Amino acid sequence: MSAPMLEIRDLHANAGDQPILKGLDLVLERGEVAAVMGPNGSGKSTLANVVAGKPGYEVTKGQVLYEGRDLLALSPEQRAREGVFLAFQYPVEIPGVGNMYFLKQAVNAIRAHRGLEELDAMEFLSIAREKMKLVEMPEELAKRGVNEGFSGGEKKRNEILQMALLEPKLCVLDETDSGLDIDALRVIAGGVNALRGPERSMLLITHYQRLLEYIVPDRVHVLAGGRIVKSGDKQLAHELEEKGYGWVQQVAGVGAR
Amino acid sequence: MANETLEQLARADYEWGFTTDVEQDIIEPGLSEDVIRLISAKKGEPAWLLDWRLAAYRRWLPMEEPHHWAKVSYPPIDYQAIRYYAAPKRKKQLESLDELDPEIRRTYEKLGIPLDEQKMLAGVAVDAVFDSVSVATTFKKELEKHGIIFLPFSEAVHRAPELVKKYLGSVVPQGDNFFAALNSAVFTDGSFVYIPPGVRCPMELSTYFRINASETGQFERTLIIADQGAYVSYLEGCTAPQRDENQLHAAVVELIALDDAQIKYSTVQNWYPGDAEGRGGIYNFVTKRGKCAGRRSKISWTQVETGSAITWKYPSCILLGDDSVGEFYSVALTAKRQQADTGTKMIHIGKRTKSTIISKGISAAHGQNSYRGLVRIQKGADGARNYSQCDSLLIGDKCGAHTFPYLEVQNPTAKVEHEATTSKIGEDQLFYCQQRGLSEEDAVNLIVNGFCKRVLKELPMEFAVEAQKLLGVSLEGAVG
Repeated sequence: MSAPMLEIRDLHANAGDQPILKGLDLVLERGEVAAVMGPNGSGKSTLANVVAGKPGYEVTKGQVLYEGRDLLALSPEQRAREGVFLAFQYPVEIPGVGNMYFLKQAVNAIRAHRGLEELDAMEFLSIAREKMKLVEMPEELAKRGVNEGFSGGEKKRNEILQMALLEPKLCVLDETDSGLDIDALRVIAGGVNALRGPERSMLLITHYQRLLEYIVPDRVHVLAGGRIVKSGDKQLAHELEEKGYGWVQQVAGVGAR
Repeated sequence: MANETLEQLARADYEWGFTTDVEQDIIEPGLSEDVIRLISAKKGEPAWLLDWRLAAYRRWLPMEEPHHWAKVSYPPIDYQAIRYYAAPKRKKQLESLDELDPEIRRTYEKLGIPLDEQKMLAGVAVDAVFDSVSVATTFKKELEKHGIIFLPFSEAVHRAPELVKKYLGSVVPQGDNFFAALNSAVFTDGSFVYIPPGVRCPMELSTYFRINASETGQFERTLIIADQGAYVSYLEGCTAPQRDENQLHAAVVELIALDDAQIKYSTVQNWYPGDAEGRGGIYNFVTKRGKCAGRRSKISWTQVETGSAITWKYPSCILLGDDSVGEFYSVALTAKRQQADTGTKMIHIGKRTKSTIISKGISAAHGQNSYRGLVRIQKGADGARNYSQCDSLLIGDKCGAHTFPYLEVQNPTAKVEHEATTSKIGEDQLFYCQQRGLSEEDAVNLIVNGFCKRVLKELPMEFAVEAQKLLGVSLEGAVG
């Protein structure tokens, strides 16, 4: 029997010198889409950043296993090449670096790691065009610098486009719904749903239930005070929406923040 | 992590550090009137040029080295310890390139400058200067057809004496500054270009400078004249062997553009930068200046400075003709213990003259990078315009970036804009790239190339590719 895609055991982590995660346990099976919901400050983004290996976060205790292997031992780029993808809450701009060029470099870095031949510019372009349709990304955005002058919605589309191109096994979507209007949300959810598959797992990190109407998760975990305090199926998201986070925090005995 | 990668940077090799074993015609170190006479005699120069050199020497003698205002520091240079002439020995005048010393030819091949005309990249004529003398000029015949003169400077003195006499020192006078005066006294070779009226030079002209001999200074002199309505694009590249002692390079470049003429001058400077502790490396003290003498003329400088222990240069434009245009696009990178004090001067004299300055400074490791620029709008320059943008990028926390803009506006109708930014390569940017599978080094290269793009796109294509690679090599491991 193969190991889960992601298994987190008793994870304690600091952001800077502030303890944020305090004994987090979570299992994400192969092909599973799970939502991690929680109030502001509960540790959602810290979880995403620790999984991706962002500098500035320190794991003080616990384990993160990716397909049974120690994920924390890998550098950020090794994690990416092994199939861990983070869709950023705030994608950065890289002025002067063409978006398509950047994507091609990324795709080829990952292909090289997988022992595949590099794509040349023409091959890449035809694949990229195909994937751009998935997120209804206008051609014009491909020609600009990476996220340079993109609107919030355009940046998020660009993230999902990268996810489509890099074909990761584990996708962590950090507040992908934040700052999106309903039309953009629908397009992006459509893109994400098209990428669901039996070999790909997703962790949807979100504050609101709204996203989960469009991307229906297999499981929902509630994060509060740095731990998963309640897990359930998609009904849990609705319950949360009705009763608010105060309810789970009360149930779990975690003080509201 | 940062420390490890900085150490990698320290070990990054200078690929062009080899020396070439050729028989040398070399003179003893030291500088005096006799040495100048000897250089002039070796070149068989006319009396007027010897007099010109001696006059320069006499002006140089009482001058002081300008180390008080530039933000560079180095131990005093002993001008008596430098050899002022070194040349590969040749038995007789070369009839064709086939007779070139095979060792020198191999050197240029190693540098990626094939001198064989057949193998040449289509459209680039090369003049190669090895230590003090020009060893080969390709595509001579093709250029002659258009009436274009492209010669080693020492040949031009004999074959185009009127032009040389008329324009030599007309933009950078003998006594202009300490290093220009020294160059005027002892310059050994360089390139001369004349584009006749209405001619658009059909290929890029290029000079490749190589310092080979030890303890030798290189003092080349370049003079480019674009006559009315002419156009020329000129490229300059430089490398030197890796040595523990410092070597002096003090060049002078003069450009003259007459009515409606355009000169585009591009440099990729990759002299040996010294090692991580600051041992060795070239002292690059260069005076480059163009005069837009004619109406609607245009001079455009593009430089990518990645080498040298010290870079001190300010490619400038004197905008004399009405409606003339000056441009300066610069990327200066300092890593290891390199110091650069570079920028430009735009002197607006004519009416409606326009200038653009785009400067990108990158500092890594212990590098110190200064932009120094003057924009002067003189009284008569009605409607003059200047736009300056100076951006600095810091990599790591031991380097420095400095900006010294000087604006002198004496005409109320002028419009001068200056923008400056300083940024650090963001950890967020690096992490974003790494999260997409790029290594830290590739991520830095990508971000730096993006930062420089506005300048790199001004370079001719092959040069832009070379410049990008150079930036990558120079930054190997330089992540903070």
